Amino acid sequence: MKLTVEQLHITLDRNPILRDVTLEARPGDIVGLVGPNGSGKSTLLRTVYRSLRPQQGVVRVDGDDVWALSARDAARRTAAVLQDSGGSPTGLCVTEIVALGRTPHHGLLGRDGADDHEAVEEALDQCGARPLADRDFTSLSGGERQRVLLARALAQRPRLLVLDELTNHLDIRARFELLDLIRSTGITTLAVLHDLDLAARLCDHLVALHRGEVVAAGPVLDVLTPDLLRDVFGVTATAGRHPDGVVRITYGAKPLALDLLPEKAVS
Amino acid sequence: MALTVVLVAVMMVAVSIGAVTIPLGDVWGIVLHHLGGGGATADPALDQIVWNFRTPRVVLAALVGAGLAVSGVVLQAVVANPLADPYVLGVSSGASLGAVLVITLTSGALGGLGVSSAAFAGAVVAVVLVFLLGRRGGRLAPTRLVLSGVAVGYLFLAATSYLQLRATPTELRTVMFWMLGSVAGAQWGQLPLVSVVVLTATVALALFGRRLNALLAGDESATALGVDVHRLRALLLVLASLLTGTVIAVAGGIGFVGLMIPHLVRLATGADHRRLLPQAALVGAIYLVVVDLLSRTVNRPNELPLGILTALFGAPFFLWLLRRNKSLDSL
Repeated sequence: MKLTVEQLHITLDRNPILRDVTLEARPGDIVGLVGPNGSGKSTLLRTVYRSLRPQQGVVRVDGDDVWALSARDAARRTAAVLQDSGGSPTGLCVTEIVALGRTPHHGLLGRDGADDHEAVEEALDQCGARPLADRDFTSLSGGERQRVLLARALAQRPRLLVLDELTNHLDIRARFELLDLIRSTGITTLAVLHDLDLAARLCDHLVALHRGEVVAAGPVLDVLTPDLLRDVFGVTATAGRHPDGVVRITYGAKPLALDLLPEKAVS
Repeated sequence: MALTVVLVAVMMVAVSIGAVTIPLGDVWGIVLHHLGGGGATADPALDQIVWNFRTPRVVLAALVGAGLAVSGVVLQAVVANPLADPYVLGVSSGASLGAVLVITLTSGALGGLGVSSAAFAGAVVAVVLVFLLGRRGGRLAPTRLVLSGVAVGYLFLAATSYLQLRATPTELRTVMFWMLGSVAGAQWGQLPLVSVVVLTATVALALFGRRLNALLAGDESATALGVDVHRLRALLLVLASLLTGTVIAVAGGIGFVGLMIPHLVRLATGADHRRLLPQAALVGAIYLVVVDLLSRTVNRPNELPLGILTALFGAPFFLWLLRRNKSLDSL
């Protein structure tokens, strides 16, 4: 599954949020979207899972404009785990939450069939959520919840995964486990990650957004240059690949003084 | 299935009990006879009581209870608020104003049908107003809707209260009784329309069960699950409002059923709307048939309005249930 975003423009309440955004994820790629708060990451994701219609530009999933597809057709290709994902699912148990992933596979009269059962079971196993199957969703820990929501997305049998801050509020082991899980699915993924170390660990490519524009895109170390870390994130830092193969970022002792912050990023 | 049996049994018992108690066997015979299933014709007086007085009343109570419960389930999911009930969008305040206008301006001369029509018209006006106020960017926003419903409710209540102040004591009693709800005026003539609305709306809403479940995940997540959230929300609100408006027009403003029954059934069976909706309909029907039976037996020969009893018996039970249940703490 290939994702392409072409020359996207989004304006909300007369504020430009995204300007001329173009990016691509090739089949099987894990692409990380990084940038400071308010840089337009979540807005960009919304255009991909067909919640926000761009004023200009196109989002294509496997060559088709997502807005030319029906909501259901689009959701059979793309699954998302979002920050509102907790919702208020009181009274739904874990299996029922995961089964929500089957929603786009049914019309009004559709009943659960063998396919649905199989997809749900497989997703539960894949995410190690089997022991939680009968628990009430609200009784789960943060890490367990995220794993269940990922299972819901996998039960959708998507060919593209969209993840918004999947690892927020999780302890370090839970974070690593989730990242491994995502890697193991082999599904093309577009993920917003605040933590640059995690982004570097998970992703094949990064796209850096700053004030609604793409300021860098490419392999992890090509994007996380000292200049970009300074100009976009306002920190002195260097990123390098350690002998064990993991990219680590070493931050300076202090953030940049405010008067040194560049007014506009140089791309 | 078990609930269906309970409902039929409760309805039979409700028909048999009254000023004259009629053995269940006779009730069964008379009902079967009228449904075309043969059976011996009983004493014409008994037949009159069973078939013309009590049966329509019991059937109406069941339909009203089912309608309120279904509407409550849907509204709680659609505006994502556990405090929501069928009246959250101002339906009852609009209906009350319509009813009170007719009762006070005509001194009740128009009778039941006039009051029903006016109540329905008032409900429609209130809901349309709330929909118009609850929109933002062409979409219905849950919080805005609920707050608009509250504001419109107070506005209509002001007018209703003013009319009540000017009413004669007799009119006032009629108004009070109407507002607290009753199915005492049930007639066969009104049942076809009410049953078509309640049954059609319930079946239609139950078809959206899977999507209602998706709404529980939040608007953005539901969108990513392929649900057109804004269109779905508008459609469900229209259906639920039509259902509530119809029920309130024939039975007045019966409170608490539409809040309590959805929570009660959700605690018992979980929140999967494909199960929840039909079960809430049955439990709502059973509950209101029982309450109506009590309303005409506990204070004989006077009748009590249903709204008093739904709360009097429902609230303590509901509170007991809330205290026992832990999953609500995370709401």
